[in-house]
Amino acid sequence: MKKINKKFWLGILIALAFYGIVKVLLTTGVLSDVNQSMLLLIGVNIMLAVSLNLITGITGQFSIGHAGFMSVGAYTSAILTLDYNVPFIPAILAGGLLAAVFGVLIGMPTLRLNGDYLAIATLGFGEIIRIIMLNTEYVGGASGLSGIPAKTTWTMLFFFTLISVVLINNFIRSTHGRACIAIRENEIAAEAMGINTTRYKIIAFTIGALFAGMAGGLSAHTFYVITPGSFNFLKSFEIIVMVVLGGLGSTAGSIVGAVFVTLLYTYLREFPEWRMIIYSIVLILMMIFRPSGLLGVSKFSFFKFSKKEAKANDAIESSGTP
Amino acid sequence: MEYFIQQLINGISVGSIYALIALGYTMVYGIIKLINFAHGDVFMVGSFIGLYSAKYLANAGLPPIVVLLLSLIISMTISALLGISIERLAYKPLRKSTRIAALITAIGVSFLLEYTGVLILGPQAKGFPDIMDKKQYHLFGSSIQVESNQIMILLTTIILMLVLQYIVRYTKTGKAMRAVSFDVEAARLMGINVDRTISATFAIGSALAAAAGVIFGMTYNSVDPLMGVMPGLKAFVAAVLGGIGSIPGALVGGLLLGTVETEISSLGFSSWRDGVAFAVLILILIFKPSGLFGKNVREKV
Repeated sequence: MKKINKKFWLGILIALAFYGIVKVLLTTGVLSDVNQSMLLLIGVNIMLAVSLNLITGITGQFSIGHAGFMSVGAYTSAILTLDYNVPFIPAILAGGLLAAVFGVLIGMPTLRLNGDYLAIATLGFGEIIRIIMLNTEYVGGASGLSGIPAKTTWTMLFFFTLISVVLINNFIRSTHGRACIAIRENEIAAEAMGINTTRYKIIAFTIGALFAGMAGGLSAHTFYVITPGSFNFLKSFEIIVMVVLGGLGSTAGSIVGAVFVTLLYTYLREFPEWRMIIYSIVLILMMIFRPSGLLGVSKFSFFKFSKKEAKANDAIESSGTP
Repeated sequence: MEYFIQQLINGISVGSIYALIALGYTMVYGIIKLINFAHGDVFMVGSFIGLYSAKYLANAGLPPIVVLLLSLIISMTISALLGISIERLAYKPLRKSTRIAALITAIGVSFLLEYTGVLILGPQAKGFPDIMDKKQYHLFGSSIQVESNQIMILLTTIILMLVLQYIVRYTKTGKAMRAVSFDVEAARLMGINVDRTISATFAIGSALAAAAGVIFGMTYNSVDPLMGVMPGLKAFVAAVLGGIGSIPGALVGGLLLGTVETEISSLGFSSWRDGVAFAVLILILIFKPSGLFGKNVREKV
């Protein structure tokens, strides 16, 4: 236990050091605005990927509706700051909470479905949320909301991302997280062992939606404008791609996947005609030659202090197939 | 009442496009359990091949009916080859890996087709030539109108369905397809060439999607490289609606979805059309998860 604690604080320390370095670079102006907005985008995508990993990688429930939760959070927080002058942090939290409520509402009926059927149903729900936004004049219809104050700063984003990664990772390592892994490995066996599978699936779904909603709020306050079109099923796919490329079931993998996809996307922007073609070829080749993802089951090397512990970690974050 | 029937006729012609695409989804899913997201883009490619061959053949001065049939055949053949090569290059190496990896590959292939299309053809929509003159007929002397196009679409769909039914029921390939979809391993033990059967499935599915693409072009007169996304998704909804893996299910699902959509639009809620389609899908899934015609598979413990 002590060792885990030590490792935990070391991880936090490294993250804080990273924060400090970037902060200094930003204030001294070494990093340009373009780089800053890329950093913000990476942070938002890390939150999205890590929260989807809890649903798909850990609990084994295949969901293609993550962009829907993201849009609920984005719209809620944007309306709160625009129309009601709510301060930034409560607005983001409110966005996350409403997304979590949606998570419960959508999770209750659909989580009885399994495999591909769940994927289709969540895709449908994501699209329904988008179409409702599209047809609601109050939130701007097809043109969306604009003029959202750009309040997401590097400090804000960093701490939201850090907190969500830490919370989700601690959940995965708790008793509840192990129950979720049991569901992924074999739902019938898990149920026979006395795990309330429905309850845990809904818990995982709700936590995932909560952080996706907060990520949506943060992204809305980064880019001034949100439109229903930016939260379609292609966005959901993009998040799945991050999780799968990084390595299903591994939090570190999701982070790496989010960074990788965001960088790929940003740097390919210089070749607009070729961007999506190169992106799709990378996707196909990755899946053919390394289907377990960039990290697969492995973790960052500096986390591996003793072999015994590394083994225990691998057992927790083993590669499962949903 | 007449208005309602008019919308029903329009709905059936939209629905038969969905049904033709849905068949490809359902057959591929039935055999390798893969949601082939690239299928909607094969539909797009088929439509463009139809456009260029129709233009070329019409310039050669052939009679309209020959132009139509020839461009249908050309488009279906090339798309079938495209379907087979997609399967060979992208999906076959993944036969043994996880389903989510195969799904991501399908998404990758879908992007690849879409944006290669954008690169080559440009993002703008292109006009589809009028192959046949559009005539309007009145049904039984009432005010219900039927366009010659709609009749032709329905005829094409019915003929293709009959051909498909014949292939699946009576030919050797069809029997092999049914056997593989029932149990891959057992089929292999019985001496069926599984790889060839899967290729045949992709070929047939892609050819049907291409036919739908040509029909779509003739109906809406406009095609663009990203046009496969929404119809593809809708056709997939139709396949699930009818019970994925079931051929009559795909037909019924497609027609049902087309009709519901047109009726919703005619009631003045056209912007909610897609939402209603997905809502229907979710209701079906919740109350009858295997679709209207699907078999209930009990999970083995």
